[in-house]
Amino acid sequence: MISIKNLHASIGDKEILRGINLEVKAGEVHAIMGPNGSGKSTLSSVLAGREDYDVTEGEVTFNGKDLLELSAEDRAREGLFLAFQYPVEIPGVSNINFLRTALNEIRAYHGQEEMPAKDFLALVKEKSKLVELDSKLASRSVNEGFSGGEKKRNEIFQMAMLNPKLAILDETDSGLDIDALRIVASGVNKLKSKDNATILITHYQRLLDYIVPDFVHILYKGRIVKSGGKELALEMEAKGYDEIKKEFEIAD
Amino acid sequence: MSLVADNKSAVTQTLLDQLQSKSSKVAFMPDAEIISAIRYLEDKGIPNNKHEDYKYCNIEAVLRKEFKSVEQAFNELTKADIAPLKIDEAINLVVVNGNYNEALSEKMIVKGLTVKSLNELSSSEKGLLSSQAKSDTDALIALNTAFTGNGLFLQVDKNNIIPMPLHVIYVNSGNSSNVTNTRNFVNIQASAEATLIESFYNIGTAKVFSNFVSEKFVGENAKLTCYAFQNEGALSYSVNTNQVRINKYSNYTNNTFTLSGELVRNNHNVVLADSNCEAHLNGLFISNGTQQIDNHTLIDHQMPHCESNELYKGIAKDKSVGTFNGKIFVRKDAQKTNAYQSSKNILMSDDATINTKPQLEIYADDVKCSHGTSTGKIDTEALFYLKARGIGEESARKLLLQAFAQELIDKIEIPSLQERVLNLFEKAL
Ligand SMILES: Nc1ncnc2c1ncn2[C@@H]1O[C@H](COP(=O)(O)OP(=O)(O)OP(=O)(O)O)[C@@H](O)[C@H]1O
Ligand SMILES: [Mg+2]
Repeated sequence: MISIKNLHASIGDKEILRGINLEVKAGEVHAIMGPNGSGKSTLSSVLAGREDYDVTEGEVTFNGKDLLELSAEDRAREGLFLAFQYPVEIPGVSNINFLRTALNEIRAYHGQEEMPAKDFLALVKEKSKLVELDSKLASRSVNEGFSGGEKKRNEIFQMAMLNPKLAILDETDSGLDIDALRIVASGVNKLKSKDNATILITHYQRLLDYIVPDFVHILYKGRIVKSGGKELALEMEAKGYDEIKKEFEIAD
Repeated sequence: MSLVADNKSAVTQTLLDQLQSKSSKVAFMPDAEIISAIRYLEDKGIPNNKHEDYKYCNIEAVLRKEFKSVEQAFNELTKADIAPLKIDEAINLVVVNGNYNEALSEKMIVKGLTVKSLNELSSSEKGLLSSQAKSDTDALIALNTAFTGNGLFLQVDKNNIIPMPLHVIYVNSGNSSNVTNTRNFVNIQASAEATLIESFYNIGTAKVFSNFVSEKFVGENAKLTCYAFQNEGALSYSVNTNQVRINKYSNYTNNTFTLSGELVRNNHNVVLADSNCEAHLNGLFISNGTQQIDNHTLIDHQMPHCESNELYKGIAKDKSVGTFNGKIFVRKDAQKTNAYQSSKNILMSDDATINTKPQLEIYADDVKCSHGTSTGKIDTEALFYLKARGIGEESARKLLLQAFAQELIDKIEIPSLQERVLNLFEKAL
């Protein structure tokens, strides 16, 4: 699905990613954990195509294509989806209009016709049920005035609508109450298939109780310093990052 | 006299000479009015950027560069020329090169409505002219007064509600460079109501300096809702002055949409002359190339318990320049005034410029006034968010700019006008 080799990225002259290696195959769920500021959101932004970062070294192949060569919109059209840690409010653009435009541009990219309005509305109805998103939210401006939890749910709703191959969920669990967490997690689980893959970025084992990862990676100072199975997350939760920090202290 | 002053009067004098030799005498304007207008012009000159109110809008330079000689030669227009400019839901009235053209206008008898040319005014009606727009306040008003065309007089008699909008199509048709001075008077008497659309076009083949003056009077408990649709194209340089006076319990709204025009200067001045009235001024422009769009408003609160609201938005592309200068006066008797003003702009290129200048002068102590301006680039976070969902750069920009403009486009209550504005707006994006 995606293969990341020796990825280095910086902003200005500050290097944030310092050689990331990661291989995710179809059907897999990977979790990335790590202390604040270690570069988790940067990794997801770089993969999604945010232009603020310079990739200085390394390569990323996404379903056989050179991901780094593609524009942000083409990455999305190729099936990459990022659930933002901080979803952006866009006053004046309705959620529905936004999603219709997105869906149809993705379809056009694949040579498909626009989805008929009736089918689109049916899809909205079906997918908003999946994350129990209040139907009123669909007609409101994108994320405007949404509560923290509503924003996160809206991310997963969009994911359900766009049906990506690879979803990167950047701290989608933070800010969710227990019920919402369960709903979002079950939504993600329902969307899982042998043909798609998920990268979960999280600070909490709690999410991983619901969405069980095949692999867990620890990101620290721009590198994946440790990888393991789901038990690694439990270990980190119990011990914290002190040991990792000591072991991998890198002079800035 | 300094060299600068010499040059200044030279431009004005050349223009005056040419217009005097090429225009016929204005019959309905009193001689004394014309003479004092010309005197004011000779004295002050057409304003340049040293004039505080024209700092970002050098009219004198435009006349010097683009209107060295004016020919005042025009093409005849036919009904077919006008047809595409009409608005279906409205009574369409046509003013060509400053003169009301009855043959091209729709005839309809509506109770309480008077439509006639300024030449046809009774002597008491003539007294209304220049009652609001005074020659000794602004050189462009003076120019218009001295050389005004046979414009339009619209009146709604008291207690009458005009059921459909009135649409005045101002169209210029010069075939060599020309100056038009269009004038009208809109008189909405007590407890009357009307909706007025004013559209501005140039379908001529030459440059036009279009100097428009409208006097609007809104009587006690009356309501006037106006739309200005400005789409004069690249050959047009225009100054549009609205001098409005509104009275007790009245309601005046104006929405200006500027979609083209090489230079568009709007002076929208509203006097809230009595208590408990309200004025709403809104504007939206989108500019590209080297266009200059300049909105000046003056809200003059003279009496207590009145409200004014202003919302102006602009999108400046390429090397275009947008200006918003909003003055609010709250006179000492105007207690309990609520006055709000907001100007928001988006710069689409590094070479585009936005100037904003709110000016509040408050002489009463018990008032609520606020103003805010913001100018920025398109929100890159929002842009990235849209692109990250598969929406291409161009459609993403369009979505965001449409969202920015939507609240103004939503103010249009006439469907085909709204569609016209939206289409041109989308094309200009
Ligand atoms: N646009 C930016 N400008 C400057 N520094 C940045 C920028 N983006 C990220 N950084 C820095 O890069 C480092 C990594 O940030 P990042 O957001 O990727 O961390 P994170 O692992 O997602 O942290 P958290 O767990 O708090 O979300 C931080 O030190 C951050 O300040
Ligand atoms: Mg983060």
